[in-house]
Amino acid sequence: MKIFAMLGRFFLGFIEEIGGMFLLLWRVIQLAPRLFRNIGNILIQMEKIGIGSIPLVLITSVFVGAVASVQAAYQFQGYIPLRFLGAVVGKSVTLEVGPVLTALVVGGRVSAAIAAEVGTMKVTEQIDAMEMIAIDPVEYLVLPRLVAATLMLPVLTVFADFLALVGGMVVARLAVGVSFSTFEDGLTMFFRYQDLVGGLLKTFVFGFIIAFMGCYNGFRTKGGAEGVGMSTMKAVVSSCLLILITNYLLAFLIFSVIFAPD
Amino acid sequence: MNGICEGPIISIRGLHKRFGPQEVLTGVDLDIGSCESLVILGRSGCGKSVLLKLITGLIKPDQGSILFEGEDSTKFNRQKLFDMRMNFGMLFQSAALFDSMTVGENVGLPLVKHVHKSDEEIREIVLEKLRLVGLTDVYDSYPAALSGGMKKRVGLARAVVMEPQVVLYDEPTTGLDPIMADVINTMIRELQHELDITSIVVTHDINSAYRVGDRMTMLHEGKIIYSGTPEEMRGTDNEIVRQFIEGRAEGPVRAV
Repeated sequence: MKIFAMLGRFFLGFIEEIGGMFLLLWRVIQLAPRLFRNIGNILIQMEKIGIGSIPLVLITSVFVGAVASVQAAYQFQGYIPLRFLGAVVGKSVTLEVGPVLTALVVGGRVSAAIAAEVGTMKVTEQIDAMEMIAIDPVEYLVLPRLVAATLMLPVLTVFADFLALVGGMVVARLAVGVSFSTFEDGLTMFFRYQDLVGGLLKTFVFGFIIAFMGCYNGFRTKGGAEGVGMSTMKAVVSSCLLILITNYLLAFLIFSVIFAPD
Repeated sequence: MNGICEGPIISIRGLHKRFGPQEVLTGVDLDIGSCESLVILGRSGCGKSVLLKLITGLIKPDQGSILFEGEDSTKFNRQKLFDMRMNFGMLFQSAALFDSMTVGENVGLPLVKHVHKSDEEIREIVLEKLRLVGLTDVYDSYPAALSGGMKKRVGLARAVVMEPQVVLYDEPTTGLDPIMADVINTMIRELQHELDITSIVVTHDINSAYRVGDRMTMLHEGKIIYSGTPEEMRGTDNEIVRQFIEGRAEGPVRAV
C-alpha cells in the first residue's frame, strides 16, 4: 500500500508541476504585449546573462574545440585522411557541441542565478511587496529574463562556435600536425549553411528553457535558505534535462524535416 | 476627522482559510472603520499575517467575503486587485525592501510605475517621505547597509509614498530593540494622524499594540474573539485575552 501511496504522491506532484509551468507560461503569453514597456529591464538582463557568461563560454568552447580535434584525429588513425579533420570538427561544433554545450554551461550559471534571486525574493516577501505596489512580478521579473536569455543564447553560441573552431584549429596544428589551411579546407568542404542556422535555431529554445526554469523554480520556493538551495538545484537539473530532451526533438524536426537532405 | 472617515472601509464576513489539513481561519467577521487604527493581536502562527494577506488579495480565501468600499475583493480579477492595492500600503515583517535597488529607488518605485511625474518630482516626493521617517541621508544606500530599524522605516516610507487610504503593518516591531520599537510605534501614530489613513496593525507585542491602537481585537483559534478600546481591553474579564496581555503560560490557552 505504501508503494501505491508514494506513486500516487509522485504522480500528483508531477501533474502539479506541469500545471504550474503551463500557468506561468500562459501568464507570460498574456503579458507579452507589455514587452516594450520593459526594454530597460531587458537590456540589463541581456548584459547580465550575455556579457556575464562570456568568460565561461570562452574557456569551455576553446577546450571543447581542442578536445574535439584531438579525439577526432585519434579515431581517424589508419582509416580516414586527416584533411577531413576540419570537416568533422566543424560539423560537430556547429550542429551539436556548440549549441548544446553552450546551453548547458550557460544554463547552469543563469538558471541557478535566476532561481536563487527570485527564490530569495519570494522567501523575503519581496515578491509580495511587488504585488502590493501593483507591479506584476511576472511582467517585472520573468518577462525581461525570458526575452534576454532567448536572445542572448544564440549570440553566445555564435561566439562559442567560433572559439571552438579556433581552439580545434590551433590544437590540430600543434598536437596533430594538420596545417591551418588543411583544417580550413576540411571545414569548408562539407559546410552547409543549414548546419549553422539549424544549430542556432535550437539555441533560441534553449535560452527560453534556461530562464523559464530559473523563474519557475524561483517562484515555487518555500521556506528559507534550504528552500532557495533546493529551488536552485531543481532549476539547474530541470533546465539541463529539458535542454537535452528538446535537443533531440529539435534536431529531429530541424534536420530531418525542415532542412532534410534532398 | 473629516467626511472620508465615516463608516467601515473594510468589512470581513465568514472568512475561512486552510492550508492542507491545517485550518487557519474558521469564520472571521470584522469591520474596519475609516481612519481608525485597528490592532489585531494573537499568538504567533494564529493566522494574523494570513488575514492581512487575505485583505490585500495576496491569497484567496476558501470561503467568505472581504468588502473594500462595498465591493467584494475576493471576486476581483488581477487588474481590479492591482487597482485596489493602489489604495493600500504595507509594511512587511522583514521590511521586504528590494535589495537590488537603493533606498531612493525602493521608495520611489511605486511612483515610477504608476504616476506620471518627472524624475526630479519623484525624488522630491521620496525625500519628503524619507523625511517623515527621519532617513533622508540614506537615499543612495542599499538595504544591505541598513540596520533592521532603518529597513523598517524605509519600508514605512515606501508603504505611504502613494498616500494610500489603508496601511497594513505586519509585526512592525518584531526584531527591534525597545527604543527602536517605540520610534516605529510613534511613526505609525504620526502617519495615521498626518495622512488621515486607516491602519491595520498585526502584532503579538502588547506594548506596541497599546501605543498604536484605537481599537484592539484578538484572533484566536481562527476567529476574532475580542474587540474593544485599549482601556476596555486592560479591564476585560475575557480569560483568554487576560492570559495573553499578562503573558502567562497558565490559563485557558495551552502554551505548548
